[in-house]
Amino acid sequence: MEHIVIIGNGISGVTTARHIRKLSDKKITIVSGETDHFFSRTALMYVYMGHMKYEHTKPYENYFWKKNRIDLKRGFVDKVNHANKSLEFSDGTNLSYDKLVLAVGSKPNKFGWPGQDLDGAQGLYSFQDLEKLEKNAPNNKICKHAVIVGGGLIGIELAEMLASRAIPVTFLVREQSFWNGVLPQGESEMINRHIKNHHVDLRLGVNLKEILADDNGKVRAAVIAETGEEIPCNVVGLTAGVSPNVDFLRESGIELGRGIKVNRLLETNIKDIYAIGDCAEQHEPIGNRRPIEAVWYTGRMMGETLAQTICGNPTEYKPGHWFNSAKFFDIEYQTYGWVFAKPKEGNVHFHWKHQDDTKCITIETEASSGKFIGINNFGIRMRHEVFDRWLTEERSTDYVISNLRKANFDPEFYKSFEKDILTAYHQQTVNA
Amino acid sequence: MSTIQRNMSLTGDASNYLNSLQKIGTVIGLAGLATILLSAFNEFSNPGIWLAVSLLAITVGILIFARGSYEGKLEGIKNHGVWFKSVSSRGFWGWVAGISLTGFYVILYFYAGLLGLGADGEANTGIVGLFDPLSKFLSGNPASQWFVYGTLYTVAIIAFGIKFIWKYRHNRYEQLRTMSVMFFQTAFAFLIPELMARLNSDSFSLPYNDLKNMWPLNYYAFEQWRVDQFINAETIGLAFLLFAVLSVFVISPILTYKYGKRWYCSWVCGCGGLAETAGDSFRQLSDKRMVAWKVERWVIHSVLVFSVVMTTATIATFLGYDSEKYWLTKDMFLIGVAVFLGLLFAAIWYFKKEELAKDARYGAIGYLVIVLSLIGIHYFSDSKLFLFEDSSLRSSYGFLIGAVFSGVIGTGFYPIFGNRVWCRMGCPMAGILGIQQRLFSKFRITTNGGQCISCGNCSTYCEMGIDVRSYAQKGENIVRSSCVGCGICSAVCPRGVLKLENGPLEGRIDGNQVLLGNDVDLMDLVNGK
Repeated sequence: MEHIVIIGNGISGVTTARHIRKLSDKKITIVSGETDHFFSRTALMYVYMGHMKYEHTKPYENYFWKKNRIDLKRGFVDKVNHANKSLEFSDGTNLSYDKLVLAVGSKPNKFGWPGQDLDGAQGLYSFQDLEKLEKNAPNNKICKHAVIVGGGLIGIELAEMLASRAIPVTFLVREQSFWNGVLPQGESEMINRHIKNHHVDLRLGVNLKEILADDNGKVRAAVIAETGEEIPCNVVGLTAGVSPNVDFLRESGIELGRGIKVNRLLETNIKDIYAIGDCAEQHEPIGNRRPIEAVWYTGRMMGETLAQTICGNPTEYKPGHWFNSAKFFDIEYQTYGWVFAKPKEGNVHFHWKHQDDTKCITIETEASSGKFIGINNFGIRMRHEVFDRWLTEERSTDYVISNLRKANFDPEFYKSFEKDILTAYHQQTVNA
Repeated sequence: MSTIQRNMSLTGDASNYLNSLQKIGTVIGLAGLATILLSAFNEFSNPGIWLAVSLLAITVGILIFARGSYEGKLEGIKNHGVWFKSVSSRGFWGWVAGISLTGFYVILYFYAGLLGLGADGEANTGIVGLFDPLSKFLSGNPASQWFVYGTLYTVAIIAFGIKFIWKYRHNRYEQLRTMSVMFFQTAFAFLIPELMARLNSDSFSLPYNDLKNMWPLNYYAFEQWRVDQFINAETIGLAFLLFAVLSVFVISPILTYKYGKRWYCSWVCGCGGLAETAGDSFRQLSDKRMVAWKVERWVIHSVLVFSVVMTTATIATFLGYDSEKYWLTKDMFLIGVAVFLGLLFAAIWYFKKEELAKDARYGAIGYLVIVLSLIGIHYFSDSKLFLFEDSSLRSSYGFLIGAVFSGVIGTGFYPIFGNRVWCRMGCPMAGILGIQQRLFSKFRITTNGGQCISCGNCSTYCEMGIDVRSYAQKGENIVRSSCVGCGICSAVCPRGVLKLENGPLEGRIDGNQVLLGNDVDLMDLVNGK
């Protein structure tokens, strides 16, 4: 029986395993050095905040794996030896495979800051990072102040986590406004204000110079490059993005860029070795997507796709319309299609914001044709299915705005804002 | 998580502390409770004032606590530290609360004398005596242990209801639903029946009648003394009796078809009202495992069968020996019940067989055989039902289900099993509504395409123990008989994936292997559409 070994028990690897099991009787082994069972990485924050226990983040009960004949192996892979199709573990044992799936995820970026490896400086990605945070910042007596470096999704989540335990946070963001490489200005600025409303000391347009140690080699303070200001703190969260976790593959002969290079079939340069999820890097970007997509949904989609290929139905990774979501403290964010921080050449933005400063939308439109390109919605839930269909049907923004009610996904009895949005849209159209 | 010793730290977690307002609220609220407790041992000279003081203290204490919890915080989900606090995570204070509540229910149901209930027409003393002034003010009669319970129950729903509305002040569904249960409890369960008791005289008497408390949750709804009182009270009594029958066979099926069982369980019902307000802090304790679901299905439907058999036996018995009083005869009634159940079963089997899992089919056939054979035996005998007298059937139902299950376990064990263990495992009304909700209703919780990140907040905070995530992550709508439509899964979802909806029956349950957002050809191939 063919043996499929999957390194990594995150959403990509587990989705692959589940779909292979649906399609075939192959022997499946999932290897992880992180935890015994699959858990939802995006939910780690809720464990620290006390909303859930670790057990609750496991999407499948423990009996699931045996019932579906998916073997779980705990261990770190040191080396991939493709010549004899075997893996070497850090404890010296070996495991042979017929086909290998690399779903090894990411690691937090560190940009060579002095002091970045001190006790108390850490990223937030893995289960072990969560344990570290629990040790470094159990409460505001042991961690009197924390500094977060890097204004992205993980940074703001870490700020929310620490704030939930009443730990004062200074949040250093390199850009002039939060996540403004992705979010248009109006949205980004609204989130700036929301962060500050949560009593987070948000510093925009600043960089970390270095992290200072006390006599015991623990974090004592973070220094801002621009001003030289020393911010006393016990924890520094390094959340300036993530990059593929591929160091152990440097000598393997597998072609690497920033990530593991794959073609559209998610195959690496070595036969019978595939890469998916955060660690996979497309030779050529697909549409407007980045060559490395470190997103839950794309990891899952690659898993769904690769299982077909492995089970004898070669299938290219051909994702549909882009979508994504996040939550910034109390404000939910969803996006369907493409909205760029600054409208792409030839495109325009329509922006509407509610006066309570927690809800807004931005729609990107192709100026010449009026075609709807994408929407960002904050504080209002929208239906994935409806927007996916409208994108496929290449609807105009006029159509989308006048039919917005059909896409509303807020709970029953919520106030709706379609009228306000329509009015604002007409005024803008007239003015323009 | 075993590797993290959260409580080993000397300083504790900030999210675990009570702030000063919360402490003040706790002290005031407990002082109110203590005053009531004190009256069990010490006769107050001015019970009316002391009762007002204690009830006010409980209410104000809860409201101050709520203010300490939510005032000055931005609108949003307020679940910080839920699993760190011992009262909400089966820790020491959780067990203390559970044991105290259970003790209260044991005394209430079985040792009402300890509360000071006057035996054989004597005046009340102690706690029941403390409540006399309020009872006399409302109904003109002295209090009973049930009046004490009803008052505290109503106060709890109102005060914790306000706290809940504060907690979800960004969510109008939660607010309206909570106002609705507060209203139905205060007006229908408490005030109206008490005030109606004033109409009673020697020549006219109505039973204590909570209009919204339907059979079979109200398992004594059709007992002889009630039916007789209704009939004797002529127009108004007959109207009530007719309403009781209509609500079971007409009103409830229509509303459940249109809105799901939530119209009752989380908008109207008193048990649900207490669970959603006072019990809200314990919703995360429900058991989500598959095995718990399997147990639930057998237990709740067995209780339902028990209650149908018990009620049928009760009615048939008094129709039997008092036949000249009623236009309905015992034989007509038994045949009618048998035909009705047979037709109901046949209809479900014919239209919905493919939607029933194997155990549901076995269960349905087994239950039908049991019920029909019991009815058959009863038909040919006098009052013996199988081997039991209907009176012993009634009293054992009242003891096992009415007192022990719904009260002692159902509410007393809130801090251990979660706040809806009775509604999930025991309530025969929920059983009926659930069958209809699963098979004949427009209600579902819609999953939003491919947006689920499997975080588990929905499952964790589902008070009915539904593993909501297991559906959401495969893009399948949630159509479960136990869902009471409280809407919390949708509220706590960080990605806007869940929405409670009433929609067309077509495509209500479909799931997907490959979720929306992926290659359309792959979706077509795998999902077979």
